[in-house]
Amino acid sequence: MGYVLEILQVTLALLLAPGLVGLIRWLKARLQNRRGAPPWQPYFELTKLFQKEVVMSNNASWLFRFAPYMIFASTVAVLLLTPLLAAPLPFDAIGDLLVVVYLLLLGTFFLALAGLDPGTAFGGMGASREMTVAAIAEPTIALAIFGLALGAGSTNLGRIVTETLTNPGVVISPGHLLAFAALFIVTLAETGRLPVDNPATHLELTMIHEAMILEYSGRYLALIEWAAWLKLTIFFALLANLFVPWGVATTLAPGDLLVAVAALVLKLAALGVAVAIVETRVAKLRLFRVPELLSVSFVLALLAVTSSFLLK
Amino acid sequence: MALLSTLLVLTLVGGYGLGALGALLLGSRPSGRFTTALGGGVGALAALLLGAGTLAAAEVAPFAWSTPYAGGFVSLSFSLDRLGAVFLIAIGLVGLAASIYGYSYTAAYTGRYSLRLLGLMINLLPLSLALQVLADNAFTFLLMWEIMSLSAYWLVLTESDQPGTVRSGVWYIAMTHAGFAALVAMFLLLAGNDLNAAFDVMRAHAATSTPQVRNVIFWLALIGFGSKAGIIPLHVWLPMAHPVAPSHVSALMSGVVIKMGVYGIVRVLFDLLGGGPTWWGGVVLGVGAVSALLGVLYALMEHDLKRLLAYHSVENIGIILIGLGAGLLFQSYGMYTLAALGVIGGLYHTLNHATFKGLLFLAAGAVLHATHTRNMEEMGGLIKRMPWTAGFFLVGAAAISALPPLNGFVSEWLVFQALLGGFNIPVPEAAVAMPLAVGALALTSGLAAACFVKAFGISFLAIPRSHEAKGAHEAARTMRVGMGILAGACVVLGLAPFVVIPLLAQSVAGMAGLPVTPSVFTAGAFIQTPAIFGGMSTTWLALILLALLGSTPLVMRALRVEWRLRVGDTWGCGRIGQTPRMEYTATAFAEPLRRVFAELYRPTKELTIDFHPESKYFVQSIEYKSEITPVFERGLYEPFFRLVGGIAFQVRRLQAGSLHLYLVYVMVVLLLLLLAARWF
Repeated sequence: MGYVLEILQVTLALLLAPGLVGLIRWLKARLQNRRGAPPWQPYFELTKLFQKEVVMSNNASWLFRFAPYMIFASTVAVLLLTPLLAAPLPFDAIGDLLVVVYLLLLGTFFLALAGLDPGTAFGGMGASREMTVAAIAEPTIALAIFGLALGAGSTNLGRIVTETLTNPGVVISPGHLLAFAALFIVTLAETGRLPVDNPATHLELTMIHEAMILEYSGRYLALIEWAAWLKLTIFFALLANLFVPWGVATTLAPGDLLVAVAALVLKLAALGVAVAIVETRVAKLRLFRVPELLSVSFVLALLAVTSSFLLK
Repeated sequence: MALLSTLLVLTLVGGYGLGALGALLLGSRPSGRFTTALGGGVGALAALLLGAGTLAAAEVAPFAWSTPYAGGFVSLSFSLDRLGAVFLIAIGLVGLAASIYGYSYTAAYTGRYSLRLLGLMINLLPLSLALQVLADNAFTFLLMWEIMSLSAYWLVLTESDQPGTVRSGVWYIAMTHAGFAALVAMFLLLAGNDLNAAFDVMRAHAATSTPQVRNVIFWLALIGFGSKAGIIPLHVWLPMAHPVAPSHVSALMSGVVIKMGVYGIVRVLFDLLGGGPTWWGGVVLGVGAVSALLGVLYALMEHDLKRLLAYHSVENIGIILIGLGAGLLFQSYGMYTLAALGVIGGLYHTLNHATFKGLLFLAAGAVLHATHTRNMEEMGGLIKRMPWTAGFFLVGAAAISALPPLNGFVSEWLVFQALLGGFNIPVPEAAVAMPLAVGALALTSGLAAACFVKAFGISFLAIPRSHEAKGAHEAARTMRVGMGILAGACVVLGLAPFVVIPLLAQSVAGMAGLPVTPSVFTAGAFIQTPAIFGGMSTTWLALILLALLGSTPLVMRALRVEWRLRVGDTWGCGRIGQTPRMEYTATAFAEPLRRVFAELYRPTKELTIDFHPESKYFVQSIEYKSEITPVFERGLYEPFFRLVGGIAFQVRRLQAGSLHLYLVYVMVVLLLLLLAARWF
């Protein structure tokens, strides 16, 4: 039964991810007084891309063709470990938060390599920037994990959720709140949102994610985009379910699961609204100002851990 | 068992002896290269089997053998325990791969360099390593240490006609002897001035020493072993000496020789001294964190492929020391299970680093062999010309970047978990120190991933950047076999942590109070940290990843996704004909990080633009030069050299060349000695 749930939640995430991105885009457009494409536009994009033939650079190697699968597989593997609907999941013991972070890094690693493979300047530029941001975001993530683990007594996601559910006072502890703030900033950086990267741009000098995938088309592009949207969904789900775990089912009763689905959709939508507002309110940072933002998040995470240490 | 291990030790010595002898007799003939490789391979295989057998055996029937004490003089004494066995495995694995690889790799040396010397030394080096691990008294250990250092010195000097090689050799030999001096002093203190004392005697003696003496021993061990391991700031020789050696020698040096520093630290601090005060752990942890972070930061700025790898050795030694330091720290608080976790993490990373760094150096050697350059800016496109080498390098790069499910990830996970356990330490300082260490380790691994995207992406992907890279060829078969062995080891060590961890736990069990139940960290195919914290399974993770990788295209096919593929030119914004000059370079790739960490690098920039004489709107050429300031060389070593040089200059006055004066010196010294003998 648990395994069915794993498959169910992966399917659900696969289906929800384009909608989430569509929602953010649509909201942003409305907030900026534009009409905007409907929220379900990303579904059309995926369908379209899967029907297009691939045009590949003649400089590219097998790695270029392998990378989309690797990126997609590593992201879906993370989905199997993330408590989207219920906790603990049957695969909970296979990976903890550190595994999640490094699996995502595995995807980033291959994405950056694929960016370099066709030999364009843009691809290299994107790869270089992506790895810079990923590297500098890493300490914050690790510390946020530390902070969460201190509260719950485990780095395994299922344990964190169940511990927080049985011990709801943790949610308003300073360590928890600071760690949430730190991880929120990192989410923006890791998923290529403003103010770190602009998902809507194709301007050479500012793009990061878009620059790496410039040479991709057809089914490969579809896989990479889908994986990027999934990554956004995963980060949102982590923020939602690790810090505010209410709604996550602790049993496999159908009623609980329905509540869990509803709670998940609501939480994702709420975070989507938040990101849409942030993206409307802030301008993109110069690349060399990004480390400052990430240092802020690092300090927040450090304070989070230190305060939980001292208040323990 | 005892008989078997004796036989294996004999095979080990015999193999390496055969290799050395064959090299001496047959020289640069193909049969000479073959004998060198065969002897080295047999010796390494014996080391591997001996190590694995000793670790896996239910009970250690220790191999022990000593030479008779000749008239109160020195004796050689050997014995093998499980800790030594761990390092024997590393020596065997890397040595085996390097020997097989070396057979073809050294073919290009025929007639240019002395294969006789190379063949002799490359067998002597691993032999001295193996015997050093087996050593059971200070004299034997120091003797093997010195043979190791000197044979490595000759190996570094193999290509002595290349610019910079001799200078690197001088740095190496100077640093290694400074460390050696510290080690001699350390052993004299440890053994109560008797270099023949066995380790058991030292253990007993150390237990009764005063804290002051133990502290001095600690510092001497850190300096002596640290200078070999390449901790910052004693690392300066490492990025100079490792790259200039032949690549299979670099693999041995980075893979196992520097690990002898780690062996020494574990042996002395944990085994002989049995742990110490808390600040020891703090110092080791701090040194580790600094080495890891600065090592990877300097690696990022390197565009010489082998120097880049050498700086990564500094980084990885740092990670190992973070694990060991955490172990010492927990040990001082009596948290033995957590201490074991840290030490196991450190030892696991030692094995892992031996395999992936050995692999990366061998692959870099294959590239060097094919393109005749170590400069990444002149490579590119090698993935199509050297598919095997590229694949092996990619495995090594993913492993060193701590990407799951390969081996680098497992050991970093263990070290992370050990650090996370730091909140159990009941002092407020830990509340700041442990998170900072976690942050440093995380930043290190993130930067390492960035660095290896650069190293692999610029060297192997896209269009060749030079004529040599365009004409590159795949490595010879034996070279591929050598790389394949280590790549396989990376995968196995990554997927079978549930086998490796209990063995490593066994190897340190009982030392300094570490727990003797080796199975607390594993449950089936899962590894876990006891009582608290996390668990994971790279085995299952790999299966999941494989299943997803395999099923995704199948599902796509079933859903009738468009499968046509057209190959065309890269989009060049309307320009036709892409040239390698349009590609992103390694320098450009590292530029954002260079700006971010400008405080550390202090880059200097020099831009010369040559304008057309008629109009400055037409540029004839642009020259851009940028360097980073070598902080340690300039800030630490240069003043020291100036001081030593100044003193030497003054001392020179004593040597006036007059015989009468010298006779006076002799008499004065004699008088002083007599007086000294009278007074003390």
